[in-house]
Amino acid sequence: MADRRTSGPTLEPGWRGLVSDLASDQRAFKGVPWSKAMMWLFLLSDIFIFACFLVGYMQVRITTPEPWPSASEVFALHLGGRDIPLLLIAIMTFILISSSGTMALAVKCGYERRRLATGGLLILTALLGASFVGMQAFEWTTLIHEGVRPWSNPWGAAQFGAAFFLITGFHGTHVTIGVILLIVMAAKVVRGSLAAERPGFLTRRRGRYEMVETLGLYWHFVDLVWVFIFAFFYLW
Amino acid sequence: MHEREYEASPEAPPAETGEMELVHPRTFIGKYIWSQDAKVIAIQYAVTATAIGLVALVLSLLMRLQLGFPNSLSLIDPESYLQYVTMHGMIMVVYLLTAIFLGGFGNYLIPLMCGARDMAFPYLNMLSFWVYLASVLLLVAGFFVGDGSSGAGWTLYPPQAISQGTPGADGGIVLMLVSLAVFIIGFTMGGLNYVVTVLQGRTRGMTLMRLPLTVWGIFMATVMALLAFPALFVAVVMMLLDRLLGTSFFMPEMLGMGEEGSQRGGSPLLFQHLFWFFGHPEVYIVALPAFGIVSDLIATHARKNIFGYRMMVWAIIIIGALSFVVWAHHMYVSGMSPYFGFLFATTTLIVAVPTALKVYNWVLTLWRGDIHLTVPMLFAIGFLFTFVNGGLSGLFLGNVTVDVPLSDTYFVVGHFHMVMAVAPVLVIFGAIYHWYPKITGRMLDATLGKVHFWVTFLGTYAIYYPMHFLGLAGVPRRYYAYGETAFVPDSVQSLNAFITIAALVVAAAQLLFLFNLAWSLFRGREAGPNPWRATTLEWQTPHTPPRHGNFGDELPLVYRWPYDYSVPGVKDDYIPQNVPPQAVEREPAADRGRGGES
Repeated sequence: MADRRTSGPTLEPGWRGLVSDLASDQRAFKGVPWSKAMMWLFLLSDIFIFACFLVGYMQVRITTPEPWPSASEVFALHLGGRDIPLLLIAIMTFILISSSGTMALAVKCGYERRRLATGGLLILTALLGASFVGMQAFEWTTLIHEGVRPWSNPWGAAQFGAAFFLITGFHGTHVTIGVILLIVMAAKVVRGSLAAERPGFLTRRRGRYEMVETLGLYWHFVDLVWVFIFAFFYLW
Repeated sequence: MHEREYEASPEAPPAETGEMELVHPRTFIGKYIWSQDAKVIAIQYAVTATAIGLVALVLSLLMRLQLGFPNSLSLIDPESYLQYVTMHGMIMVVYLLTAIFLGGFGNYLIPLMCGARDMAFPYLNMLSFWVYLASVLLLVAGFFVGDGSSGAGWTLYPPQAISQGTPGADGGIVLMLVSLAVFIIGFTMGGLNYVVTVLQGRTRGMTLMRLPLTVWGIFMATVMALLAFPALFVAVVMMLLDRLLGTSFFMPEMLGMGEEGSQRGGSPLLFQHLFWFFGHPEVYIVALPAFGIVSDLIATHARKNIFGYRMMVWAIIIIGALSFVVWAHHMYVSGMSPYFGFLFATTTLIVAVPTALKVYNWVLTLWRGDIHLTVPMLFAIGFLFTFVNGGLSGLFLGNVTVDVPLSDTYFVVGHFHMVMAVAPVLVIFGAIYHWYPKITGRMLDATLGKVHFWVTFLGTYAIYYPMHFLGLAGVPRRYYAYGETAFVPDSVQSLNAFITIAALVVAAAQLLFLFNLAWSLFRGREAGPNPWRATTLEWQTPHTPPRHGNFGDELPLVYRWPYDYSVPGVKDDYIPQNVPPQAVEREPAADRGRGGES
């Protein structure tokens, strides 16, 4: 029984081993910095928020007696004389998923201590994110011009507009916050604050390259949530 | 009695990481106002929560005066009665109990009991308190806007909550909803801190299975809160949009004042599901820290190891998990499918199993213990009574067929005040009497404490026990006055008057407690570092009260679990967690009981 309290993993097989590893000394998750653990927890909490939003959307979609507007018509992009369904959304989705790729590269370069490459990739990620938000703003404007409001729309159930603006707005806010954080982080990386472990402006916590990864977790999460919103809102 | 020290290890494992860097403030404001020290934040949280809790207490007294003497006193009108019901419930559940257990005791005890210098993210922790304060101010502002605070009941069910005609439908409900959203944001900041500190910030030798149950309770409650509050957040945001923008998430087609409303197609049931998906775990968010603290109080003051520590931990985890699948038992009369009722009645009654396990273990810890009837112990034992009482009436209400006639009567009021209001509040009192010496360095006066306990304990029975009979007689809750209601017998009135008098007496006893807090701060007996001769780390600090950084130059090393009380063959009747087996002073005659060193 003595090895259950030692610091490293106990390597006991099965359920018992899992529990005794997690319950072991000092850290439940070995080698995981505090900020990373916090980000995972925060994301877990945030998942519940988005899940509740989506469940709420499904529920009102079921309860409303009026017809639900057809997503492929509402979200069509008028291009070259004809309507192409879901084109804009496809582009937006592609851009956001690509930004996850650049983010992952930034994390890799960060751990290799390549300052400029990390900063550049972070800026590229921020640009992709910003263009996503820009296209979302374009989409919102188009729909508003067509008469979609949170309380009504020309095609059917009023909950369509309400759920659309609420859920994409909440997600867009997440992306916008992410873009701001990416820019701040890029500035820190390029200035060398992370390499020199300078304390942060507000929290006085020392900069470390793990921060890039922690921010990356957030960014990937925002992308992943978009996949669900895309599936439930645009494809259903 | 256990025959040996429980799994004591001869040495602490090597450190995995370096020391935490603390920002030491130099100015008074940095130390006590914008403080990043978890202990100061804890006191800020506790004082704010107590202050707003006193407001809610006064509201309840005003309601009680109205109910007890409906024709002779005209202190409040029917609208304000509803508003006070709403504010009383919301403040007590969210802004007092949740904040004081997690923000107050969590902040104070987690770093100290885990052997950490501070919370993992002190800056975020500071923000958490200030955001909480903002939410309290927003809530209080509701009293002063146009038509006053919301009168929709603390559950805020739409469409009533945001329909014209309900008190506070103009401004009060908006402030209430915004305040809740702000509270959730602030709580999330703090909650992330508590969980990360428990998981990743413990000292050397402190395994999860050596944590005091207090930390386990607060930890699990925080995890639950992080997963349950999102549902409330979503409900609150949607209702705000319904109220401010005219969306129809929760608003069905309605006739109001003879006119058709513009909103249609929404689902009021959706709100109830979201609300109770938060609301039921919320009960355990309040209860689990109380469970944890009471375990430590009982073990310390009965000088005996807690009975079945591992099972106590697992019971906390299982209760936490189960509480997420029982929410719809609050909605038996809401018009759900009856199959749902069957499912949720089953899960609800299953919760009784781990809960009963905990009660048995507390009683078995007391069994043949060296019980010291100190004030904290009195409150802990009082908790056992009220909790078992409220738990048993919970078994009634968990069954659909029993709940349907009792729902919305005083039986429910009696039940949840017994189990969710009085029981945790008794634990809060016990905990304050227990930890006040560490927080201030002085003991609270025991005589005043005993008077406080007996009046509060017996008084709450006088208040809430009769309510069960009112409920069985069919007296509905949330009524301003019963007048000539045919099904309410006249005798109800005399019982109501009795309850009101009891409530006034109990409230007066709380003044005694407040006086004790203030008086003992300056005149109390010097406590010394470890007045209760307890084993956990917070009593082993070099300074009392502990300074910033908690443990002086070196963090304590942990060699044993927190319940080594009355170990046979050992000189003292307790062994602190940071004493290695080779340093324990033993009695020469007791060679037989030394199994722990093998």
